[in-house]
Amino acid sequence: MSERTAEAATRLPQVQEETGYADHPPRMGFFTDTSVCIGCKACEVACKEWNQLPADDPLEFTGMSFDNTGQLSASTWRHVAFIEQRKPMRAPTGAGDDGAGDLRLLMASDVCKHCTDAACLDVCPTGSLLRTEFGTVVVQEDVCNGCGYCVSACPYGVLDKRERDGRVWKCTLCYDRLVDDLTPACAKACPTESIQYGPLDELLERAAARVRDLHEDGVTDARLYGHDPADGVRGNGAFFLLLDRPEVYGLPPAPMDTTRDLPSIWRHAAAAALTLAAGVAAAFALERR
Amino acid sequence: MNTPYPAAGNGRADGRAGGHGVVAEKEFASYYDRPILKPPTWKASNIAGYLYLGGLAGASSVLAAGGELTGRPRLARASRVAAVAGVSLSLAALIEDLGRPERFVNMLRTFKPTSPMSVGTWLLSAYTPLAVAGLASDLTGRCPALGRAAGYGAALLGPAVTTYTAALLSDTAVPAWHEGHRELPFLFAGSAAATAAGFALIATPLAENGPARRAALAGTAVELVAGRLMRRRMGMIADAYELGSAGALMRAAETLAVAGAAGTLLSRRRRALAVASGAALMAASAFVRFGVFAAGVASTEDPRYTVVPQRARASAPPHHPG
Repeated sequence: MSERTAEAATRLPQVQEETGYADHPPRMGFFTDTSVCIGCKACEVACKEWNQLPADDPLEFTGMSFDNTGQLSASTWRHVAFIEQRKPMRAPTGAGDDGAGDLRLLMASDVCKHCTDAACLDVCPTGSLLRTEFGTVVVQEDVCNGCGYCVSACPYGVLDKRERDGRVWKCTLCYDRLVDDLTPACAKACPTESIQYGPLDELLERAAARVRDLHEDGVTDARLYGHDPADGVRGNGAFFLLLDRPEVYGLPPAPMDTTRDLPSIWRHAAAAALTLAAGVAAAFALERR
Repeated sequence: MNTPYPAAGNGRADGRAGGHGVVAEKEFASYYDRPILKPPTWKASNIAGYLYLGGLAGASSVLAAGGELTGRPRLARASRVAAVAGVSLSLAALIEDLGRPERFVNMLRTFKPTSPMSVGTWLLSAYTPLAVAGLASDLTGRCPALGRAAGYGAALLGPAVTTYTAALLSDTAVPAWHEGHRELPFLFAGSAAATAAGFALIATPLAENGPARRAALAGTAVELVAGRLMRRRMGMIADAYELGSAGALMRAAETLAVAGAAGTLLSRRRRALAVASGAALMAASAFVRFGVFAAGVASTEDPRYTVVPQRARASAPPHHPG
């Protein structure tokens, strides 16, 4: 299996300190355990209700199993994916055990990953995007001018512009609830604790234990996603337990923060600029009169 | 151990990638062939147009300074006009593309080296007044020393104005832009030199356009080589530059560039040919910018450009076959 399954819980960086918060609460986030998701979409509804998000146009049936939401968007900050597979939920243990049927319906509630290395935050030219004291990433709507740079920088396709509004919107991890010590709306509404909210260190321990249990039960497909501080975004503030490869759920298999390459990007741009200046100078210097 | 079942959760029954259906693909998994990335919110007319006009402006300022220093007043003036027209239209396109244009000034509340758009905003804020002052002084004859100084200042910033746009595009998750970050600035620099020189070929008499001819040839050569090199180095993502409307634009750009360069070579004594060649070079450069823009959009719309290279990276050694 190519994804790591986190034998031992790793710790994610306390990114608030890097941002400059001297005094801050522990880094908070989501652990979405898709193995217990029942696809009720209560998270989608609770998110829309609490954050007063408008409907996405057009309302239509997609033909993608039970998923008529389609994707995360400027007005949809939780999205439940449904994947129908001809495959047993766990590996058969021997004769007479079919591994609990030959069909499985994977369900997973996707959300903004609140990356440790958040490209959206790095590229925002107005400073509208900021890191909160909880380590989450939030758009300040009174500052955003809708330039759309963050939309193209996000390796997960999370952020988007709300067309009639002109600004970019995304999951705030219910910042307004966090400051009052409340659980985010989606986690609060989740009836199976598929969405768990808490300090990331605790969530990571719980997730590692859950993967061990699932493996012992024969669900060998279980793996964590976004939990690894050694990955291309130094881990996510919202990580997942998946039952198949990430791309099956519409998640990038090895996302990378684009600004990791920024030193190289600037170097090449500078070299090209110097080449241009030198080339034009040479075009004048080579004159034969 | 993994299972014998197809891993493509919702891949098509025939295991082919969706979307264009043009080329048979190695099997990869996706969520109902849906894109993983969001396509850029930018409008092609505004942003590809800006990439082109910014390049025209920046390189023209360098040509103008050269004309000034070597006693070619008509080359200098024509290039100053191109620079001011280019940067003015650029700024208009940039502001028009914002979701909240009235909040453009929010760009100036901070300076962030991690954001090429922030760097570019400040760059343009410094460059534009210099270019305008240089032209105004030239046209009115007032404060000639200050005007020349402003023109040289614009020429110093001009190359950065033409290539920072490549950094702007590359510093994204858009596969066709990010993976080209080494060559894209050279592609833009070459195409900017070719288009500024193309304008000079159109606007200046034969007696003054020798440097423009050489700049046009060198710029076109850099443009062609950088474009080819970029596509060769980015593996399967190069498809985004070769299929669909992006492919058509890139091919048209190459054809026009070669034709324009050939015409330029033969135009030492033929004014009409110089004009036609200059127009071809300008068109080639514009097609390059629109082609690069379209390739980026296409690479966000098909999940294979995200999944296949990342999957290769994720399963690079040490890899347990699964």
